[in-house]
Amino acid sequence: MSPRQSYHAPRLTLPAGARDHIRGPIDARVTLLEYGDYECPFCGAAYPVVKQLEELMPTDLRFAFRHFPITTLHPHAELAAEAAEVAGSQRRFWQMHDWIYEHQDTLEPGDLRRAAGTLGLDLGQYDADVESHRFAPHIREDFISGVRSGVNGTPTFFINGVRHDGDYELETLVDAVRTALLAGAR
Amino acid sequence: MNEYRATNPAADLLAPGAAAPDFDLPATPDGNNLRLSTLRGKPVVLVFYPADWSPVCTDQLSLYNELMPEWQRFNAELLGISVDSIWSHKAWAKEKKLRFPLLADFEPKGAVSRAYGAYDEASGMSERALFVVDHDGKISWSYLSPINVNPGADGILAALESLASPVAR
Repeated sequence: MSPRQSYHAPRLTLPAGARDHIRGPIDARVTLLEYGDYECPFCGAAYPVVKQLEELMPTDLRFAFRHFPITTLHPHAELAAEAAEVAGSQRRFWQMHDWIYEHQDTLEPGDLRRAAGTLGLDLGQYDADVESHRFAPHIREDFISGVRSGVNGTPTFFINGVRHDGDYELETLVDAVRTALLAGAR
Repeated sequence: MNEYRATNPAADLLAPGAAAPDFDLPATPDGNNLRLSTLRGKPVVLVFYPADWSPVCTDQLSLYNELMPEWQRFNAELLGISVDSIWSHKAWAKEKKLRFPLLADFEPKGAVSRAYGAYDEASGMSERALFVVDHDGKISWSYLSPINVNPGADGILAALESLASPVAR
């Protein structure tokens, strides 16, 4: 590591807001934001950890997710992201998000469409939105916002807008969220 | 020299303001070379990296691949450079669907990486180093990343932005 300069973790250049999918209490003092890829196995490994973290901290934490698909390495990631966004436009983003991470081995177009049906989506609208890539610009905006915020791979987490450079074991994330809570209380 | 480098590996990395050393490196197995000076007039991003097939390099170059529309927006050429042979480059680029040239700094080994101060003598591989070369062939930005850290693309994009106003979309 170069000793030239002191290290500052990168910051989120596009704050979490109305454009984002966020779950948890609106007045939570800590926002955990993930840049994730639906076909990335490391994101799959982080998925249950984030759920546990949300269960441990039901009042202090809210969780936001942005797309960061590396489409050449993960050929199913873009369509899965679009499917989640279509579900989001029908108020079922998180149901689709969870389904995808629980079925990372079956993300063919037919699998995603079947999941959309099971979740009660309007399939005519689903087909039209997937066909027209209605949400591709939003996904690209997510991706570029990540690139400009120092995301170089997935998953990358930001805690109250500061990149989390530790691992994503439950204990590590709990500590990081508690540290952010303390910092906010000062 | 080597001792000094061990504590400050960025010591001899070519810095902004320096002329980018020209090179003529194999770009494809069928004998096509790429000469840097033929790209004069547009920004060039040079991505020196340690090795084809390694995990960090795969993540890093796949990210740059995903950003092809951004490079095009700046009318910039992005070139990967390592000491791997052109045949390794070809197989790796095919496997990872990379859409920019990979140049072989293979013979004499590492000569171009050395000229840019981006060669690690101990391992015999290029360092993980980034350069943005401006329209006139001058280095406008350079960055040396720790060998195991993917430096991402933010620094490159910021450097391209400061070079010139981007070509209209």
